[in-house]
Amino acid sequence: MLEIRNLHASVDAREILTGVDLRVDAGEIHAIMGPNGSGKSTLAQVLAGHPAYAVTEGSIVYEGRDLFDMDPEERAQAGLFLAFQYPVAIRGITNAYFLRAAVNAVRKSQGLPELDPLDFLDVLQEKLKAIGWDDSFLNSPVNDGFSGGEKKRNEILQLAVLQPKLAILDETDSGLDIDALRTVAEAVNKLRTPQNATIVVTHYQRLLNYIVPDFVHVLVDGRIARSGGKELALELEARGYEWIRPEAVLG
Amino acid sequence: MTSASIEAQVLQPYKYGFVTEVESELAPAGVNEDTIRLISAKKGEPEWMLDWRFKAFQQWTKMTEPRWANVKYGPIDYQAIHYYAAPKPKKTPGSLDEVDPKVLETFEKLGIPMSEQKRLAGVAVDAVFDSVSVATTFKEALAEAGVIFLPISEAIREHPDLVRRWLGSVVPHNDNFFAALNSAVFTDGSFAYIPKGVRCPLELSTYFRINAQSTGQFERTLIIAEEGASVSYLEGCSAPMRDENQLHAAVVELVALDNATIKYATIQNWYPGDDEGRGGIYNFVTKRGKCLGRGSKISWTQVETGSAITWKYPGCILQGDDSVGEFYSVAVTSRRQQADTGTKMIHIGKNTKSTIVSKGISAARGQNTYRGLVKIMKNADGARNYSQCDSMLIGDQCGAHTFPYIDVRNSTAIMEHEASTSKIGEDQIFYLRQRGLKAEDAVSMIVAGFCKEVFRELPMEFAVEAQNLLSISLEGSVG
Repeated sequence: MLEIRNLHASVDAREILTGVDLRVDAGEIHAIMGPNGSGKSTLAQVLAGHPAYAVTEGSIVYEGRDLFDMDPEERAQAGLFLAFQYPVAIRGITNAYFLRAAVNAVRKSQGLPELDPLDFLDVLQEKLKAIGWDDSFLNSPVNDGFSGGEKKRNEILQLAVLQPKLAILDETDSGLDIDALRTVAEAVNKLRTPQNATIVVTHYQRLLNYIVPDFVHVLVDGRIARSGGKELALELEARGYEWIRPEAVLG
Repeated sequence: MTSASIEAQVLQPYKYGFVTEVESELAPAGVNEDTIRLISAKKGEPEWMLDWRFKAFQQWTKMTEPRWANVKYGPIDYQAIHYYAAPKPKKTPGSLDEVDPKVLETFEKLGIPMSEQKRLAGVAVDAVFDSVSVATTFKEALAEAGVIFLPISEAIREHPDLVRRWLGSVVPHNDNFFAALNSAVFTDGSFAYIPKGVRCPLELSTYFRINAQSTGQFERTLIIAEEGASVSYLEGCSAPMRDENQLHAAVVELVALDNATIKYATIQNWYPGDDEGRGGIYNFVTKRGKCLGRGSKISWTQVETGSAITWKYPGCILQGDDSVGEFYSVAVTSRRQQADTGTKMIHIGKNTKSTIVSKGISAARGQNTYRGLVKIMKNADGARNYSQCDSMLIGDQCGAHTFPYIDVRNSTAIMEHEASTSKIGEDQIFYLRQRGLKAEDAVSMIVAGFCKEVFRELPMEFAVEAQNLLSISLEGSVG
């Protein structure tokens, strides 16, 4: 589904990613861990196509297409979803309206008819039921006045509604209390299918108790220093990141 | 996408810039007593009307053009303008059959079909083409409810007492330079009278179209709501694309008596000029409402997307006790447009309330100024004002300016003022694009959200149109 090779990326002429290689196949969950400033969020933003990041080297193939040929909206329409670390507020636009616009943008790109508000509401209720949430979010303006936890939850609602092929969760656990963490994780798990894949970007092992990864990668100084199974996350939890660093330096 | 490229997209062609090839009757250029006499004769006006025009003209010749607004433009040659232009009718317009079909086609193209079969349901429309009203729909249906809705030229002939009583009672003939000019040379516009206790059964609407070259449009609108009456009125406007600047100097007067309500909405889409600032309408307009009666209410809503220059301050004189004035505004300046717009709320009566919500959006090299005055007079015990002025900037070559004047002469007044300036953020646009929206749809959505408090004040039939118009005006503002 996703093949990243030797990815170098920089922001403001400062190189953040220094050669990332990663392969993600359908049905898999990958966790990307690493200390602050190791480039985790940069990787997520580059995958989504944020204009502030310049790719200087390497390639990314997504679903057989060169990802760099695709605008951010084309990537989204092709099923690449980023749950933002810091979701922004859109004043005056309700969640329901925004979600419908997003779903219809994707449908339109696939040549499907757009959903009218009533049809969409049915779809929405179904999704909410599937992840066990009520509809209290729907008529609030997008992320406007939401707490940190509500914003993250709202990202997951969007994930549920858009049902992407590849979901990238960027520090979705930060700012969540333990109950919210569990609800969010449960929602992610319910949405898992053999056809889709998830990349979970996180500092802490905590989230991985609930969303169990097939692979764990440790990003240090802009490249993947070590990969392993879910037990690697536990080892990181026990030993911190420092012990990995020399290895990265040595190559 | 950098902010420079966000801005680079504000280049959407003006959709209403076509010219209708129609044979026009044109008054000789220039303003003088002959021109005024000619206009008055064309309209078949009584003597008192002509005298009033002359009085205004005398005043105007002694006045100087105001230049205090935060806008820049070259000198206007008032003697080069044609003050009267009318499509030649087959006979005298009165029924649709007698109107040049090209004129009717024009309105159809603008989305204002006038024919019986196609006309907008629930909305009575007066269509003004250059200096004449060409048709008014639903006149009979309104008459049944006792509502008079006529071109003002007809009203002057058919209801002289009403017109004479109220014309100039809110905006006197010598109010300001442009109002005085209008009083001297106004050609058409709408007149609405809602009798006591009547809730107007239809939305009233006037669509103004400038077509002829080197002309100005000087329309005059007068709306009177008697005790306990209510009416909702909407005006729209557009003009062809031309290299010249055309002057539009209108006057609108509203009068609300005891417990009457007038809602007046404008969707202004005059030609804004090109990207280099060539051409476009100078929209120098005086709009004012008088809440004469106790408990009366006047509400202005405006969506200003067009014109090269806008100079406009729809205001309310809150004379009756417990009267309410409202001003909801969205002003967009893109290309090289300049707008200096806002409101005046004059609190005279006790427990009068006013609300001001202004949303300014600047893109490309647009300059947007909010200018507002809230004045609480000595006897206005318990007056309240709430003002909110928000500005949004798209790109870094545009400007937003705010001049809120407050003059309080009564210590019991309660004043609240909120202001914000925001820049449409790359992160907001990216967020929406990551959900599959095209960049321009993302901008439209952000802007629509920003303007929501104003759009919800528009009559339902037009809220959607306003939102579309806004998207069109800003299309291309991101890249």
